[in-house]
Amino acid sequence: MSSIHHHAPDLLRIATAGSVDDGKSTLVGRLLYDTKSVLADQIDAVTKASVDRGLEGPDLSLLVDGLRAEREQGITIDVAYRYFATPARSFVLADTPGHVQYTRNTVSGASTAQLVILLVDARNGVVSQTRRHAAVMALLGVPQLVLAVNKIDLVEDAASVYAEISAEFAELTRSLGWSAEQVISIPVSALNGDNVATRSENTSFYDGPTLIEHLETVPNLTDRKQVGLRFPVQYVIRPRTPEFPDYRGYAGQIAAGRVSVGDEVVILPSGTRTTVSQIDTADGQLATAHTGRSVTILLSDDVDASRGDLIASAVDAPEPVQQFSATVCWLAEKALRPGARLLLKHGTKTTQAIVGSLEVLFDEQNLSLVDAPDTVELNQIGRIAIQTAEPIAADDYQVNRESGSFLLIDPQGGNTLGAGLVGDALENLHLTAAPELV
Amino acid sequence: MWAARMTIADTTANSAAAAAVVDTADDFSTLDALESEAIHIFREVAGEFERPVILFSGGKDSTVLLHVALKAFWPAPLPFALLHVDTGHNLPEVLEFRDQVVERYNLRLHVAKVEDYLADGRLTERPDGVRNPLQTIPLLDAITENRFDAVFGGGRRDEERSRAKERIFSLRNAFGQWDPKRQRPELWNLYNGRHAPGEHVRVFPLSNWTELDVWRYIAREQVLLPQIYYAHQRDVFLRDGMWMTPGPWGGPREGEELQRLSVRYRTVGDGSSTGAVLSDAADNDAVLDEVAASRLTERGATRGDDRVSEAAMEDRKREGYF
Repeated sequence: MSSIHHHAPDLLRIATAGSVDDGKSTLVGRLLYDTKSVLADQIDAVTKASVDRGLEGPDLSLLVDGLRAEREQGITIDVAYRYFATPARSFVLADTPGHVQYTRNTVSGASTAQLVILLVDARNGVVSQTRRHAAVMALLGVPQLVLAVNKIDLVEDAASVYAEISAEFAELTRSLGWSAEQVISIPVSALNGDNVATRSENTSFYDGPTLIEHLETVPNLTDRKQVGLRFPVQYVIRPRTPEFPDYRGYAGQIAAGRVSVGDEVVILPSGTRTTVSQIDTADGQLATAHTGRSVTILLSDDVDASRGDLIASAVDAPEPVQQFSATVCWLAEKALRPGARLLLKHGTKTTQAIVGSLEVLFDEQNLSLVDAPDTVELNQIGRIAIQTAEPIAADDYQVNRESGSFLLIDPQGGNTLGAGLVGDALENLHLTAAPELV
Repeated sequence: MWAARMTIADTTANSAAAAAVVDTADDFSTLDALESEAIHIFREVAGEFERPVILFSGGKDSTVLLHVALKAFWPAPLPFALLHVDTGHNLPEVLEFRDQVVERYNLRLHVAKVEDYLADGRLTERPDGVRNPLQTIPLLDAITENRFDAVFGGGRRDEERSRAKERIFSLRNAFGQWDPKRQRPELWNLYNGRHAPGEHVRVFPLSNWTELDVWRYIAREQVLLPQIYYAHQRDVFLRDGMWMTPGPWGGPREGEELQRLSVRYRTVGDGSSTGAVLSDAADNDAVLDEVAASRLTERGATRGDDRVSEAAMEDRKREGYF
């Protein structure tokens, strides 16, 4: 009995980014192919489709571009999710489009990623789209970056080309706030499979890990441990059954930190203090539960808490606020203007919000900030002032992604209009410190 | 692994007596992460919608879906009803299993029957006898009549290329249609369930699971499935490379020879378009080995309806199918 198949290893959420035609779909196809995550009937279908299009061999990008419109245009339109696994780890990969007009999809894919693979074409090096994407990843707080220097087989003097590109990228990411341990460059050829799953003999100048080796061993930063417990109350479990006549549990998923029986907690926004008396799951009780675990918490006092409230550790609970600054990625065709009335969803709380002033716009082209813009348009990122009808117990996004993020929703149509990061994430890009990037 | 895992059936007894165990970050496996994510999705829907329903076919994905749902609300009863679209071509073992599950957990079940639509002429039988595409109208009617505003499905993104693009909360218009170009971006674990009257949201808590994850979970949780998922002797005939069971959908036809073979099903769909695979895998461990070693996807192996065209699934989803 092969134990590999029976043991589920840990899960790493990753995303891809990069400009058009740098071979992103081919790299994703290669990752799936080399980890044997593509099966014979899928290869057969792709081979048949490739032949129908007059190609000689199977086009690996057809493994991933699944919509009619994508196949017609030969491009990726929307985020797709791919799954592959090695004996060491399982991966969920958000495969995002490279076109500038699809930045919102890049934002979606990267919002949950613990690692992003950024592609460049070795012949073009670090281009403006690379800088844009790196800046967006920095804003979103992506913990780990991989620069895949693709098509390395197509350049003369690959050693010096690679050295130059990786040095430039190291400088870029350092200026955007990443440490050296969080960033790696790997020379690859997605088409030929060099340094993806197997070490290439064509890149003797490179002695680092293959892409797969790196993905398997990079630290999985699920719990960043910067803050104590953050537990948005999702649902109150009250069975009212003969066996559980008085049971009242607060169900939710731990957004940050950990919780143990006996911990002193505060319920926000009311500020009521109590202690955790029991942590339940359907499989039995837990003494301690960590970030990411869905549990049901029982409290020692009969307090008033309901969906939308936050249970936080008493020692470092966030201060509920109704006016704050936030960085917003605007995702809608209709531009954001001052005075807009929206819905804001933070954790499990949805409340009305009014946009105050538009303070700063991030100029992705020049990696600089523009003061007091009139609007924030589709795919643009800006800092805004916002006021909410009810208090929000949020952390600074830079401290914790889950407890510092929110959605802006159209109260009429219900569509998601914006992705919000509490606090001034733009300030952390140190843009003024890196004029050489312009 | 946790010290004492129980099946849902056992947990109706209070587990307060069980010793609490320390849950460390180190033993939070892929399955734990996927289960916690699915539980979170169930609870979000329970918190935000008026009338959710779980699509339940008795197949392995919807059975796992139900298993997670029961855990999400334990020790309270499930706050949702089930909906089954009965094509009239289901294998009897699966219908029997469906009814057993409903009884065991004291659930409410709605059944929408394709046969009713055929009987009064609202639908007509297709020339090929395949009933899967005929499910869409009864499904949408059941959603409208019962005013369901959130419909859970066991769909997974690894099943098919167009499914890979599906959101976890997937807004459908009054016609049940999916428009892949107008999907809401999904960020962090914040799900937007707003919808206009008449619209509904399809919700896929198992989006990020793979077939192997589902089988690992079935083995770990000891989830009971219809016996047809495990190797058994069955009279089957070969059609279009698939081992089909004789039934009201016709067959064996001339030239199709009935043989008694050891087979199992990888998916449970309509009997007219779903085939069995040759297999000796009689228990979860054996099935896990077989799935891990298979060179065919479950749909490629046994689902005739996906073979119609390169975009068969996308086209059906646009029409309102899952």
